[in-house]
Amino acid sequence: MFERSHVLICSGSNCISRGSKSLRNEFEEHLSNLGIREEIKLVNTGCVGLCEQGPFVIVYPEGVFYAQVKNKDIKTICEEHLYKGRIVEKLVFDEALSDKKEVKAFDEIKFYSKQTRVALRNCGLINPDDIEEYIAKEGYHGLGKVLTTMTPQEVIDEMLKSGLRGRGGGGFPTGRKWDFALKNESDQKYVICNADEGDPGAFMDRALLEGDPHSILEGLMIAGYAIGADKGYIYVRIEYPTAIEKLKTAISQATNLGLLGKNIFDTGFNFDIELRLGAGAFVCGEETALIASIEGGRGMSRNKPPFPAAKGLWGKPTIINNVETLANIPAILHMGADWFARIGVEGNRGTKVFSLGGNIKNAGLVEVPLGTTLREVVYEIGGGIPGNRALKAVQTGGPSGGAIPEHLMDLPIEYETLVQAGSMMGSGGMVVIDENNCMVDICRFYLDFTCEESCGKCTPCREGTKKMLEMLEIISSGEGTLEDIDRLEELAKMVKNSSLCGLGQAAPNPILSMLEHFRPEFESHVVEKVCPGGVCKPLIKLVVTDTCIGCTKCATNCPVDCIEGSLKEMHKIDTSKCIKCGVCKNICPVEAIVSV
Amino acid sequence: MKSLADLKKIRDAAQKKVTMRGKNDGTRVLVGMATCGISAGARPVMNKFVELITEKNLDTVTVTPVGCIGECSIEPIVEVLVGEQRTTYCRVDEKVAERIFTEHIIGGKVVEDNIIGKFRL
Ligand SMILES: Cc1cc2nc3c(=O)[nH]c(=O)nc-3n(C[C@H](O)[C@H](O)[C@H](O)COP(=O)(O)O)c2cc1C
Repeated sequence: MFERSHVLICSGSNCISRGSKSLRNEFEEHLSNLGIREEIKLVNTGCVGLCEQGPFVIVYPEGVFYAQVKNKDIKTICEEHLYKGRIVEKLVFDEALSDKKEVKAFDEIKFYSKQTRVALRNCGLINPDDIEEYIAKEGYHGLGKVLTTMTPQEVIDEMLKSGLRGRGGGGFPTGRKWDFALKNESDQKYVICNADEGDPGAFMDRALLEGDPHSILEGLMIAGYAIGADKGYIYVRIEYPTAIEKLKTAISQATNLGLLGKNIFDTGFNFDIELRLGAGAFVCGEETALIASIEGGRGMSRNKPPFPAAKGLWGKPTIINNVETLANIPAILHMGADWFARIGVEGNRGTKVFSLGGNIKNAGLVEVPLGTTLREVVYEIGGGIPGNRALKAVQTGGPSGGAIPEHLMDLPIEYETLVQAGSMMGSGGMVVIDENNCMVDICRFYLDFTCEESCGKCTPCREGTKKMLEMLEIISSGEGTLEDIDRLEELAKMVKNSSLCGLGQAAPNPILSMLEHFRPEFESHVVEKVCPGGVCKPLIKLVVTDTCIGCTKCATNCPVDCIEGSLKEMHKIDTSKCIKCGVCKNICPVEAIVSV
Repeated sequence: MKSLADLKKIRDAAQKKVTMRGKNDGTRVLVGMATCGISAGARPVMNKFVELITEKNLDTVTVTPVGCIGECSIEPIVEVLVGEQRTTYCRVDEKVAERIFTEHIIGGKVVEDNIIGKFRL
């Protein structure tokens, strides 16, 4: 049966959490009622990226982009659009219609027009549970070309020429890492995909695993061939159940087609992939801890060298690559290194995927050529800050990175420029911080995380993160002194220089970068005892200003009954009883309640 | 998987599954399916196109229901778009649909008997 229309339902984890799971059943029901079920193909896809506006339903051939779709909307879409051909304008994503109410193509929507999708090339466009759709998009062609026409050294040379650098954070040239492993002779070698993704707020890798799992398998197999390994592991955290399910399906489909297993493409190349589920520990994303975890030991890092490329899993030469790094590889081999090297800038080739979050309108996944400026990402793709509040900084690199202040927004996104600005690329978390956030509080949040996640093996990290967290708590409570800030800085530098692995070495980065760019904010916590962002509870007071319209909403919702006032009269907060929960501030329809 | 040729075979067969998603450069058949169109019999006309496309296994042709263009008295209306060229047919029934399919979409020759000019100038 020719299916005259394809309906794509975004089923990435973010859309599922917004209720996209039941949309398919609704479609099944209403299309059957209309007697047109067979004419329409329903496809559950991975993440389309604009998570803030999800769940999405995209209807082809017209390419209509429906956003924030709810169960009750499906009947209308079926009856109006799919049956009668009338696009349901009120459900279409605002920016997907032109002024003349005409449907814009995907790549004409501002959020997408600035992006270049290499790693995410298939995400949201294909059904991840169907290997044929991946093959239709030239999937496994890179592998086929590599196995039938190239030697391992030629593959590595191609990778070196492409300029691809590791997307897991370090930015080490992928080809060079492979070259070491190829040259280290051994009876057995391994390749590992690092799908631990521990940075809180990052979900690039999850989206790739869920939306295009075959690209990861193909990347891993090419890596295996290049270094001489016949066994691959994917280390994925158990907190990613959908990703695990998609990977399992993908592995079994690839095995059934003979793309995994023995004598692939009749070339004598054998390859197997095994999943290893991690319990979700940040340190297990560090490569030596990850290896210890796969071996069945406790996830703790060890000193390098020896590097895994010399002595890795079970003591054998091993390379570890990040999910996004691997997703790029099939495209590079299929399209050629020259094609890839045309994207990005000198020394920073290709694209990077970011999870854009924090105080931003179009939160979601974005993929941009390296060299794009932070401003373009925040304002042109991200749509700026809601309520037009002032941008304060952008945090890249999550708990291991730092905050880049507003005046550096025209910085091109490159591994080196971000380090020079006191942050780092990291794995791709990008958190937008505005004037209503407090830098001390954000540091406290990250240190709370690293302190909890420290494996405890080395003293600087185990004790240092705990001590830094305590000092931040003292500062944010208004009990600190200027000397405390100096001591915090000194300790941060010490932990950075003396910790065993990247977790401890990078844990002080948020503190150091925020002290560099936002020191006065720390000082006002200890000198004036004021939190400029209005966040640190011990330092704020909630008050009602005279814009109050006396609607009584705040008083009715206050959990401790500390707001008084009668209808249409200005209300008043009894600060001695107030617990500063902020419920009143959030519920006030006229923003009359402020923290001072 | 024994060779690249095997893989290409799977790819070529599977591409039909996904060509619709993306920019469509092929022939587009638009069937007026507003209330006026449906009551004049647009539904079986659209089904006819779908059936013929399946039969001939054409993956470059799409069929889309569209709303009312305001010419309700001469429905069912079908528009065929080949590149920039737009042909509007009126009073289309299943027989005419079959002619449009064979003579115009496959044969490349407009079915003069039913073009809108015959009914309106
Ligand atoms: C504390 C810590 C956590 C890490 N977490 C991850 C992670 O979740 N995913 C990842 O790919 N790399 C992570 N890394 C980096 C890895 O150690 C390693 O550099 C990377 O997987 C190499 O792959 P690439 O060259 O493709 O980037 C982490 C490093 C440290 C120090």
